[in-house]
Amino acid sequence: MPEVSSTGHETETEALASDELLVEEVSIDGMCGVY
Amino acid sequence: MSATAAGPASFDLDRAWQVDPRVSMRPEPFGALLYHFGTRRLSFLKNQTVLAVVRSLADHPSARSACEACGVTEAELPAYARALGALADSRMITERSAHDSRT
Amino acid sequence: MTLAPDLAASGGATSPGKLTDLFQLGLDAPICLTWELTYACNLSCVHCLSSSGRRDPRELSTAECKAVIDTLERMQVFYVNIGGGEPTVRPDFWELVDYATAHHVGVKFSTNGVKLDAAAAARLAASDYVDVQISLDGATREVNDAVRGPGSFDTAMRAMGNLRDAGFTGFKLSVVMTRQNIPQIDAFKALADEFGAQLRLTRLRPSGRGADVWDELHPLPAQQKELYDWLVAHGEQVLTGDSFFHLSAFGGALPGLNLCGAGRVVCLIDPVGDVYACPFAIHENFLAGNVRDAGGFEGVWKTSSLFADLRKPDTGGACKSCGFYDSCRGGCMAAKFFTGLPLDGPDPECVQGYGETALAAVSSSPVAAPRPSVDHSHRTAPSRPRARAGGAVPVTIAPRRPPSHDCDESPLAGFSAGPDSSSGCC
Repeated sequence: MPEVSSTGHETETEALASDELLVEEVSIDGMCGVY
Repeated sequence: MSATAAGPASFDLDRAWQVDPRVSMRPEPFGALLYHFGTRRLSFLKNQTVLAVVRSLADHPSARSACEACGVTEAELPAYARALGALADSRMITERSAHDSRT
Repeated sequence: MTLAPDLAASGGATSPGKLTDLFQLGLDAPICLTWELTYACNLSCVHCLSSSGRRDPRELSTAECKAVIDTLERMQVFYVNIGGGEPTVRPDFWELVDYATAHHVGVKFSTNGVKLDAAAAARLAASDYVDVQISLDGATREVNDAVRGPGSFDTAMRAMGNLRDAGFTGFKLSVVMTRQNIPQIDAFKALADEFGAQLRLTRLRPSGRGADVWDELHPLPAQQKELYDWLVAHGEQVLTGDSFFHLSAFGGALPGLNLCGAGRVVCLIDPVGDVYACPFAIHENFLAGNVRDAGGFEGVWKTSSLFADLRKPDTGGACKSCGFYDSCRGGCMAAKFFTGLPLDGPDPECVQGYGETALAAVSSSPVAAPRPSVDHSHRTAPSRPRARAGGAVPVTIAPRRPPSHDCDESPLAGFSAGPDSSSGCC
């Protein structure tokens, strides 16, 4: 499975890592408010 | 888990890169959004510098040269290599072949 | 206007921080948005978030729709979820889809499948930039048709079969999770697999007609946990439209942005051009403007005072002291609003149980929960008593609005079931 970082609540170490990432990917379906 | 798997670690800064023509790049106050119409993947560039680097890739003989031109320091380079690696993994950027034209 | 001076100035010098924080301040354009093309629908699903059924005589014309698409192209909105009502009953549906994709706006359209015959399926399979989402709310005819009406299960099956036969894989099978269908969750996955589709599970909201059936259909607490665990186990194979971020308080976050996108990264354009914060919030309190206003859609997105308010940083309100606020973000604005709860407090389905407590407190008040400002329901559909705030059902039944136009007498006037239907009556 490709390494895709997810946003939101994570453990402390994960949060540090994603906070430092300059590029993040989210699914185009990952936005609330689209049915 | 941090996103430093095989892909980003092996990103070649010394090759020539370009943004895939099927990618729509949209600057935002925080950086930019990239959407690939073919893969339907969505990436976020989280600062203005990484956006500047990505935009200038096609104008430089190497990604390293693009980073330097945009003011990325030696200390910051690994983070930018990781970022570019993530974009390469999701096919937002691709290697430029010798005959790819540049405007 | 989206203003993020600190972020713009920081360049690459400081830590980029959490993505969700950057988004809280809003974007120059939505990433994607829902566009309901018509209020007309051949069905009368009991939980319809847009109270659809009858076409509105003020619906945007073909030319006006194309102007909206031109605006979306200019703003670089990446894709639109075209819905309704049933969008395929508009005679210009295909024309608009083609226009959008020719103008760099990706399309996913959400349908009950009524018009997805073999020819339509073949047309879709040939296009790279159009995605399809079939709605289904039961893995069996019995469970589905109880919500969506007789014949709707068969219609969806037929449409999915046509898509599969045409070689269109990866279309979405989208389910609204209810008390009745959560036990069928594995069967939904099997169904999606059988048709080469991607399963999408979404949250039932007390919006539109959903307010009438919320009490009987919304998942029980134990079912919410079951659903969460199942989603975690299935990872990114199953989509959710980020509709379960309120369940993140159970443990790790599910994939997605995990925040309310209304007015920040998404919004709704309704059939008459009204722009709402999101499709689950069709109510004048969440009406930002209209695409027919002088500034068009772009003006609404960038200058609406409602959107400016939504883009202010979220301080948490009554949820501030809860340790789970960071993951659940206080839940869904629309779910709170339509159950009569304050927006700065817990979600009615708060996994810690604070929502239930809040609902109990509200149900003792004589004020009814807010009602949707628009109702295009078929007049032949039985009127159901509106739930009061907190869930209690009043004794009297509120009258529906009278029809505003002759068209209302026959909602599908002029719309034949075939692919070459002619224009409607107005």
